Amino acid sequence: MNTAAIPLPAWLEVIVIPILNIIMALIASGLIMLAIGVNPLEAVGIMIEGAFGSDYAIGYTLYYTTNFIFTGLAVAIAFHASLFNIGGEGQAYIAGLGVGLAFLALDSILPPILLIPVGILAAALFGAAWAFIPAWLQAYRGSHVVITTIMFNFIASALMVYLLVNVLRETGQMSPESREFAPESWLPQMHQVFAWFGIKITRTPLNLSIVLALLSCVFVWVYVWRTRWGFELRTAGQSEAAAVYAGIKPKSVVISAMCISGALAGFVAVNEIMGVHHKIINNFTAGYGFTGIAVSLMGRNHPVGIVMASLLFGVLYQGGAELNFEIPKITREMVVAIQGLIILFSGALALMLRPWIVRLYLKVRPVSAVVDH
Amino acid sequence: MGGFGLVDLFAVLDATIRVSTPLILCAMAGIFSERSGIIDISLEGKLLATAFAAASVAAWTANPWLSLFAGVAVGIVLALVHGFACITHRGNQVVSGLAINILASGLTVVLGISWFQAGGQTPSLGSESRFMPIELPGADAFAEAVPGLGQFYKDVVSGHNLLVYVAFFCVFITWWVIYRTRFGLRVRAVGENPLAIDTAGLSVSRLRYSSLAICGLLAGIAGTYLSIAQNASFVREMSAGQGYIALAAMIFGKWRPVPAMFACLMFGFLDAIAIRLQGFVIPGYGEVPVQLIQALPYILTVVLLAGFIGKAIAPKAIGVPFVKER
Repeated sequence: MNTAAIPLPAWLEVIVIPILNIIMALIASGLIMLAIGVNPLEAVGIMIEGAFGSDYAIGYTLYYTTNFIFTGLAVAIAFHASLFNIGGEGQAYIAGLGVGLAFLALDSILPPILLIPVGILAAALFGAAWAFIPAWLQAYRGSHVVITTIMFNFIASALMVYLLVNVLRETGQMSPESREFAPESWLPQMHQVFAWFGIKITRTPLNLSIVLALLSCVFVWVYVWRTRWGFELRTAGQSEAAAVYAGIKPKSVVISAMCISGALAGFVAVNEIMGVHHKIINNFTAGYGFTGIAVSLMGRNHPVGIVMASLLFGVLYQGGAELNFEIPKITREMVVAIQGLIILFSGALALMLRPWIVRLYLKVRPVSAVVDH
Repeated sequence: MGGFGLVDLFAVLDATIRVSTPLILCAMAGIFSERSGIIDISLEGKLLATAFAAASVAAWTANPWLSLFAGVAVGIVLALVHGFACITHRGNQVVSGLAINILASGLTVVLGISWFQAGGQTPSLGSESRFMPIELPGADAFAEAVPGLGQFYKDVVSGHNLLVYVAFFCVFITWWVIYRTRFGLRVRAVGENPLAIDTAGLSVSRLRYSSLAICGLLAGIAGTYLSIAQNASFVREMSAGQGYIALAAMIFGKWRPVPAMFACLMFGFLDAIAIRLQGFVIPGYGEVPVQLIQALPYILTVVLLAGFIGKAIAPKAIGVPFVKER
């Protein structure tokens, strides 16, 4: 029986099946833990305690969550246009260069009130620019965006190492990093923001970027589902032929979708460079761009889902770090493995359970009622 | 600046062959997968996972042949996972490949720490558990007798381990299978037009699964080479992007075995000279940016894909799951 053509009610498609997929991924992760002699239930307990146990833990969890929201949204908006942007990592990296160049040049000239907007703008522009080239190549030269964005990640990495070692490094400094920016350009961290209102919380890297992340969610939702551009984006993503027939230009959709995607990925630099490090450092993206793919797949490319998936990954990252203290056998790489399993089960094997669900559903409801309309 | 003599050139070529070997094996692996219509960005993950498997088994058994078997077995299993997702369940091929890459990157370290307690590294291997360099017959005598060519034979052709020669032999085998056998014809057909294969009464799934299994086998040899022939242990992230370079080389060779091999050799050559050019100063310009040379394979591939130097056209049905009409 070909079950792909049988429609299922929305709650099964967007809630039950995705949750079952994640459960399968988590069961597989549990089996790996059992295999290396760790009790998965105990690990989950430590992880949740480590991620939510104190305001310190929550701060770190939300700080990671912020990065994942940005990269998850970046992957999602491209997905809606049927584009697979694997280049979030490189786009975020180059966005960090943008922020850095802007601040290195302007942090003693511009009035402080302008510095932060300029930094955010620079991140968006540089991220978008690094996505624009693969987008243009796909739209006008026919090279596939998946391959070019993979290549661009490596090119970005080589470029940044070159610039950090040969150009941006302070004279006399050993480590490949730029000078620290003036404090006026630093994005306020949440413990400072809370202090303005007289509330004292523990200092963590969590900063105002999380507000930008939530605003980005609203932006993506409005853009994709409530504007003409979003309609064009989704139409071109579903069927290029239909889009052309409706007077939509698929080439410009490719370019605009990828540029927005690159800009969103670039906001990782706002969180990391403007909010935490205050200088350009080597490899500050730390794989967040790739995690964005898992986040987007898990969140079904919808901002609400992405926030939830980002939170889950925030818990995994922060809780995983705590876990490492308690059970040294479990390192950060366990989280990487879990991430791989989630991409496998929620992404590549997303349709694995569907035939079973359809059969179960047909047992409950007669076939004629499902297929006829 | 000392002179750059024949000896130096031979040393670079010798290094080129050593670093090209895993690229060549992976590129051939990629050709089998992609020619049958399945995108394979998971070469990187297969390389890493099989390197780990081989090094682990070598550490336990001190037997290179068992290690090779383990590497190949893990390669085939990963390829079949890819097939299960992409062929049986019509999943997104890029997503599946990425999942394998990330899974390999995490799992090799998790298992490595659990098994060997050395921060994700496997124990150092002695020569009895590795594939060691082989001196080809008559190398010394030939080098004595014929100065230029003989030296080339001794320095560049001879003195590699068995898997290096296997890699070059695999290029010939790949070419022969793809272009000269019925199976190869069918693989090419299923990558261009699976419906035609289906109409002819052949199983699209079976052909694609077989191609993927060969892909996993070749990637397994590459991983084994990495950890127990070229190096003497597994180190975390030791594949270091070579799977992606092989992917680039395969595209550069336009999905054909022999041109792909030359692309691998070119990328390997760039890698070999990059190390030597560290600190090398071009008069009037300054130091050669080593990072530029390292990024060159990626840049060249982008330029090629953009159609500025020739045109790379992928198999027509690549990336599209086959749905059998009923």
